Amino acid sequence: MSGSRSTSISPRAGKVLRAAWPPLLLAAVLVVGWQLLAQDGIKNPQVLPSPTRVVSAGWDQRSTIWSEALPTLRETELGFALSFALSWLIAGAMDFSATVRRAVYPLLVTSQTVPVVALAPMFVVVFGFTLLPKVLLVALATFFPLTASLAEGFATADGEASRLLRSMGAGRWREFWTVRVPGALPFFFTGLRVSITYAIGGAIFAEYAGAERGLGLYLNQMQQVFRLDLVFATVIVVAALSVALFAATYLLERWLTPWRRFERSARTQGANAA
Amino acid sequence: MTSTTLEYALEADGLVQHFARPGREPLHVLDGLDLRVREGEFAAVLGPSGSGKSTLLNILAGLDRPGSGAVRVGGSGSVAYMPQKDLLFPWRTVEDNAILGLEVAGVKKKAAREQVAPLFEEFGLAGFEHSYPAQLSGGMRQRAALLRTVAMNRPVLLLDEPFGALDALTRTQLHLWLAETRQRHGWTIVLVTHDIREAVILADSVHVLSPRPARVTHRLEIDLPLPRTADTFALPEFARLERELLVALGTLG
Repeated sequence: MSGSRSTSISPRAGKVLRAAWPPLLLAAVLVVGWQLLAQDGIKNPQVLPSPTRVVSAGWDQRSTIWSEALPTLRETELGFALSFALSWLIAGAMDFSATVRRAVYPLLVTSQTVPVVALAPMFVVVFGFTLLPKVLLVALATFFPLTASLAEGFATADGEASRLLRSMGAGRWREFWTVRVPGALPFFFTGLRVSITYAIGGAIFAEYAGAERGLGLYLNQMQQVFRLDLVFATVIVVAALSVALFAATYLLERWLTPWRRFERSARTQGANAA
Repeated sequence: MTSTTLEYALEADGLVQHFARPGREPLHVLDGLDLRVREGEFAAVLGPSGSGKSTLLNILAGLDRPGSGAVRVGGSGSVAYMPQKDLLFPWRTVEDNAILGLEVAGVKKKAAREQVAPLFEEFGLAGFEHSYPAQLSGGMRQRAALLRTVAMNRPVLLLDEPFGALDALTRTQLHLWLAETRQRHGWTIVLVTHDIREAVILADSVHVLSPRPARVTHRLEIDLPLPRTADTFALPEFARLERELLVALGTLG
């Protein structure tokens, strides 16, 4: 077993490289094109700053950008924690009671049709320039994919596995923890990846609508003083943070669902044999 | 519970089961089914498909109540049920799957692991305690599922076509292994199957079900010598019993 584990590393690294070089190459081509267009075509950094200018301006302002990023990350973290807790509570309650499911699900869907554009300023009016409206907006933007995927994961639990547990004398609560929760984890991670890409965006949007600190506010201010190079630099930082969070979900998944690795390899072996 | 004074390890008396069907007559599945299994006996319940085997299993496993009739199990009063699919939980290692029944019964994880540890060797799973089910072959998965069933320490093992999904070679290997292992332990087993060969090579008694609504129409003692080995298949007695069961099932008209 240890042998198969150690030999699986190098093909894995090779796979990562093979997957990584096309997007990297494309990004490089786009950046070079942008650089040429900005420096030889448009020649006005207030319309289109060149990548080199964006990077050097961003580097100069790195401590400012970082200190604005901290409150944004804090809001993302709290909002996401709230959304995480809500999703387990709601999806769990929906799994235990069909009545709750019927009552809650339509409201959940409806909550997603409310445009965030309309909510953000309203939250500011109600809660002021505090942390709370941002946290709520992040939670609102992220909790639906989490709840929906968890509820689906709970619902797809194997009925026969539940029967087996009942024949052993298990009650509903143990069945939930022993069968439904582990079975729902792969679904949960799919939902987590969808929602985590909304998380920082949600926080920035909320700051846009009114804040004292944060990347959203900074973006707004830089736009107003025509520092497009810093706007771009900030956007790059936001994108990098989102990608980092997205990648972290894979690490977390690998750590929390170690058995899935073998399921995948068992499937590919089956496919190869067929 | 006074069930320890029972003459049989498992007694099912006059089991009747109907299922309501909207707009139609209720489906009559079991029609006064009797089954008696002595302590240490390996009983095979043999029936054509659709004969109500799953209904019987659900009642014996305590998952459903019969419409009338009763099931009594000696000792702890309940059977250890092994379903058709192995139903090993993919997120648990083989060891943690094995202790599932003990955990549900309230045994602490560490104590449960110590309790099942000696079984792995005998079940051909030594060295795979910490593997996940996805890493096992079909035969090993089935042995792991049986280990989980045995580990529950209940007086009767109830097996639902446990080898149905395996290829013929693996199935035969498992039959011979189970014949030997259960003889050593003296397990009381009720095996529900539609495989005549399986019933004859493994069982001490075969109970043949009628088509629905099911009753036991024949009870056949399998007096093949113990231990049952690969040579048992070659005995003229084996062929005779196989043929007798085919007739009892109505397959030969």
